[in-house]
Amino acid sequence: MPTALDDAPAVQATGAPAPRTRRKRRRVALPYLLLLPAILLELLVHLIPMLAGLAMSFFKLTQFSIRDFTSAPAAGIDNYKFVLDFDSAVGKALLGSFWISVLYTVFSVGFCWLFGTSAAVLMQKDFRGRGVLRTLFLVPYALPMYAAVITWSFLLQRDTGLVNSLLGTDSFWLIGDNSFWSLVIVSVWRNWPFAFLIVMAGLQNIPAELYEAAAIDGAGWWRQFQAITQPMLRPVNQVLLLVLFLWTFNDFNTPYVLFGASAPKEASLISIHIYQSSFVTWNFGLGSAMSVLLLVFLLIVSTVYLGLTARRRNASV
Amino acid sequence: MRIGKIAPALVLALAAAAATACGGGDTSSSAPKELVYWASNQGTSLDNDKAVLRPELDRFEKAAGIKVKLEVVPWTDLLNRILAATTSGKGPDVLNIGNTWSASLQATGAFLPFDDAALEKVGGKSRFLGPSLAATGASGRPPVGVPLYGQAYGLYYNKKLFAEAGITKPPATWEELVEDGKKLTKPDKGQWGLSLQAGQVTENSHHAAILGAQQGARFSTPDGKPQLASDPSVAAVRQFVDLMQKDKIVNPSNAEYADTAKSLKDLSDGKAAMFMNQASAGSFKNIGMDMADLGVAPIPLPATPPSAGRKVTSFVAGINMAVFKGTKNPDAALDFVKFMVSAPEQALLNKTYGSLPTVQDAYSDAAFQTEDVKVFQGVLANSAEPMPQVPQESQFETLIGTAMKAMFADVAAGKPVDDGKIRDQLNQADQQIAAGG
Repeated sequence: MPTALDDAPAVQATGAPAPRTRRKRRRVALPYLLLLPAILLELLVHLIPMLAGLAMSFFKLTQFSIRDFTSAPAAGIDNYKFVLDFDSAVGKALLGSFWISVLYTVFSVGFCWLFGTSAAVLMQKDFRGRGVLRTLFLVPYALPMYAAVITWSFLLQRDTGLVNSLLGTDSFWLIGDNSFWSLVIVSVWRNWPFAFLIVMAGLQNIPAELYEAAAIDGAGWWRQFQAITQPMLRPVNQVLLLVLFLWTFNDFNTPYVLFGASAPKEASLISIHIYQSSFVTWNFGLGSAMSVLLLVFLLIVSTVYLGLTARRRNASV
Repeated sequence: MRIGKIAPALVLALAAAAATACGGGDTSSSAPKELVYWASNQGTSLDNDKAVLRPELDRFEKAAGIKVKLEVVPWTDLLNRILAATTSGKGPDVLNIGNTWSASLQATGAFLPFDDAALEKVGGKSRFLGPSLAATGASGRPPVGVPLYGQAYGLYYNKKLFAEAGITKPPATWEELVEDGKKLTKPDKGQWGLSLQAGQVTENSHHAAILGAQQGARFSTPDGKPQLASDPSVAAVRQFVDLMQKDKIVNPSNAEYADTAKSLKDLSDGKAAMFMNQASAGSFKNIGMDMADLGVAPIPLPATPPSAGRKVTSFVAGINMAVFKGTKNPDAALDFVKFMVSAPEQALLNKTYGSLPTVQDAYSDAAFQTEDVKVFQGVLANSAEPMPQVPQESQFETLIGTAMKAMFADVAAGKPVDDGKIRDQLNQADQQIAAGG
């Protein structure tokens, strides 16, 4: 039976591409073909609506024009000017929400990373019951988001909540100053297992020989952590922190389920604020402008972060 | 949902909701007629609503040959779903709307105007109760829907607690309400004079409107622009917040109350002696309250009302029924509306839900001759005024209600709320509404 290789000269003689070339082309095209559905869906689900949102931000889109977008009066950059006027109530409220979101992100990401890394490192070595503990740690992440946060909202109620019963206090946790910390606690509880999972996976890629060699050289646990674990985990941490940052800064579900559509002002994240501006007060142009600004902010932070980490990586090579 | 892309998500959500949830009725002229109906949640659960409505819809199908596909939409989703349908132009054929949204939804132009001809098709304008019909859109424009379920606010009170405190009758003035509330407040026993849904945005805004009217506030200028900040509206908000702050007849925990169930339960369990709410005898019965202990009276007015004050103890609450302009079966839709507002259906549905018929001829039913129902009927007829019928009404409700929720949270946390703070909040709300144009 002739092989494909044997056929090659005959085909070439007819002027048609050689099978090897065809195969090569096919090989080159295959990944793109496989990616095509994902690209089309990405366009449909993210990019087109994103562009539509961008367009909406330049119009005065309210209930008067929602039925027919084309009838919305053009606003130019008025929506942007309005939300960036920090002397106005709208601008002031947006800025307040922005800073609350920054604080929320710092605390939530910080604690998630700290707890996730600590737990993963402590469980790096095999011990009895490690598998059970690992599974237990992942439970918050595996629980349905809504059910989990609704449960927290019950726990945090003043008169009937378990938290006050256990602490023997009568504090408010869902309104007032404490509401911010409630939000941070629920967010950390929900997301730290993700950090744990990622760091745990990263740790498994560190060769055991490095620790053995360090131990022979007399390095203690802390020294090994500083000299081996941390540097080896750096690429994992870079991605982990970026993902946690984006998730947390954009978090909508946690505050919405915990507090409802109107979160207390102390815990009014920018996501809830934008939702209110768009859906609740029916000012879609203004809400879109806020969303675009948020998108720009996140893009800048992500780009700067990726740039800095890449430069650091290149410098260390 | 991660909301970094909320603007695109908005577009997508609107489109997706419209695509998945709506679809309208049958468009083919040869196929049997079919309507899609979005009902609001009036019963104890969505399933309860389906159980109540399904037999009636079947009866309509049998009589008119028009099938009605029912979806009961929870209140938390209803406005968003309507907005999505409005945006896409693909919605249900017939739907329920909160009557306070009437002017806002009217402004979208997405609903069939009930002009005289359309009203005639559903039985004629004169059948409807005047106050309920007044809450169907901006004045001078054809209504955006017709009233389906009537509601009004009243003051529920626990007769047993009143008797224990030696109080023989419900308060006749606001001052008496406060005085009685103080007598009935015993924090060491976990008993409070009044229960409030202080964490509920809409409820707060309703009370701001009622007390605002009593103080002489107008929440919109004569040319229809919203105006929240004024001396009377500050006084009204202060009067309401003071129930917790100064009079201390409301449990500070009520600042967390975001649904009616807790307040109903407080009254039923003897943890609160009074509760201002819409007609809810059915709900009290469902949570097991001894109905012999339940009394209801109109919300009292101040003993000496301000000169500009109006005799208002409730706003005209209720649910309207609207027809989506995009319907392919307008005649069938109007037939269905006519069926739902017919006297037998009005009597049956309102009896079941504990609400009030919106047509005169349904009141002959014995169920609406009870003392409690007559209280609400009297309020609706004599001392209720519609919420401001301006396009920005829904923003008004949200903004003033949210501001009041925050004020109650401050009061609960021991932070004082004075006139300056209230005015500042109302000014901010005005600015936010103005941003919408």
